[in-house]
Amino acid sequence: MVESIHILSTWKSLFGHRVQIALAEKGVEFEYTKEDLSNKSPLLLQSNPVHKKIPVLIHNGRPICESLIIVEYIDEVWTDRSPFLPKDPYQRANARFWADYVDKKVYPSWVGILRSTGEAREAARKEFIECLKLLEGELKDKPFFGGDTFGFLDIALITFSGWFYVYKIDGYFNVEEECPTLMRWVRRCRERESVSKMLPETSKLYDFMVSTRKKLET
Amino acid sequence: MGEVKVVGAIPSPYCYRIEWALKHKGITYEYVEEDLRNKSPLLLEYNPVYKKVPVLLHGGNPVTESLVILEYIDETWKEKPILPEDPYERAMARFWAKFADEKCLFSIITAFLSQGKEQEQAIESSLEALKTLDAELEGKKFFGGETIGLVDIVAGWIPHWLPAYEEVAGIKLFDAHRFPSLDEWAKNFNEVLVIKENLPPRDKMMTVYHGMRKNMVSSAASK
Repeated sequence: MVESIHILSTWKSLFGHRVQIALAEKGVEFEYTKEDLSNKSPLLLQSNPVHKKIPVLIHNGRPICESLIIVEYIDEVWTDRSPFLPKDPYQRANARFWADYVDKKVYPSWVGILRSTGEAREAARKEFIECLKLLEGELKDKPFFGGDTFGFLDIALITFSGWFYVYKIDGYFNVEEECPTLMRWVRRCRERESVSKMLPETSKLYDFMVSTRKKLET
Repeated sequence: MGEVKVVGAIPSPYCYRIEWALKHKGITYEYVEEDLRNKSPLLLEYNPVYKKVPVLLHGGNPVTESLVILEYIDETWKEKPILPEDPYERAMARFWAKFADEKCLFSIITAFLSQGKEQEQAIESSLEALKTLDAELEGKKFFGGETIGLVDIVAGWIPHWLPAYEEVAGIKLFDAHRFPSLDEWAKNFNEVLVIKENLPPRDKMMTVYHGMRKNMVSSAASK
């Protein structure tokens, strides 16, 4: 059967990048449709009627939604190469716990840094750093979160890394100073073709942040 | 392989789902009740990130976050699986379990613990979420098919807990006419032995929930 693998996403979606990196890690080619979230396509609305959100992976006509669920799906379909999760259930639970933590804690503080002002923004920045420090503690001196191989939690978190460079360029704060070990992990991951190919240019992210914050100040 | 313990707090629906999964698979475990107003040093050690229940301890190793625990249970004890084998069906089960928690239960708890405009909006979200779950069920006995699965376990607060939230907050969310599939499912779910024999006593639920709502109302008034 000729496989059809199609992603619906946007250029800057942290969640969409996870799916793209996951497929690239498995060496799977895919079709990509850029969605305009102010004018969602009929395909998106039909594929994700419950949340109407991206990313969506459409595999042989069947849609799968929610980025971490999609990444696990990809791991469970293409089982013959680059496993994202270890075999041991306890280690798997640990990876899932921390990936969920990224969604529950890192993401909201990232939103706060982007979209809030004054004290709220400062609180978001502090929370963001605290979360990264906790994750850094989980990483310890391993090359990747899963150990020797790039896996589930690495995929979940690496998509935020472009923003670390943005905050430094902006002079807002420096993740490298706060979390040097994590930054080494970032550089290690960004050397991987799957990551470097799929993550957007830092300059584009920076421009986006500047224009978003300009709108906040008016 | 190691002894199994569940650290929980009655009447938390997140804790009951862990016990249901273990009992469904016939796993023996020890239950440890935690006083959430006075958290034990052990809880803080087992769950330093969130300091919450449930915690599953297996051979002394803690697993936290109920959806993570349920997957751990399914991967460790292979009998009577709660997730299907097919990757697409697994993705669907995970999607609906997440929905049952993050959209449905979250909206309902918000409605139960709020007032005024915030409560009105939460009620609207709750009704939408229940309608969506009802539509997903259509035709099936359980979300998992002929037997209970992950989604049934995660949505299992609906039959026994939802009426308690409704009564304490003085709101009406569930309607058998509006959600006929969910109503039928609730009846079937309540008949499943491991569920039927493992439900929190209603008087305890009412005491805890009245207390929670009272605290919310008084703290809102003092703002």
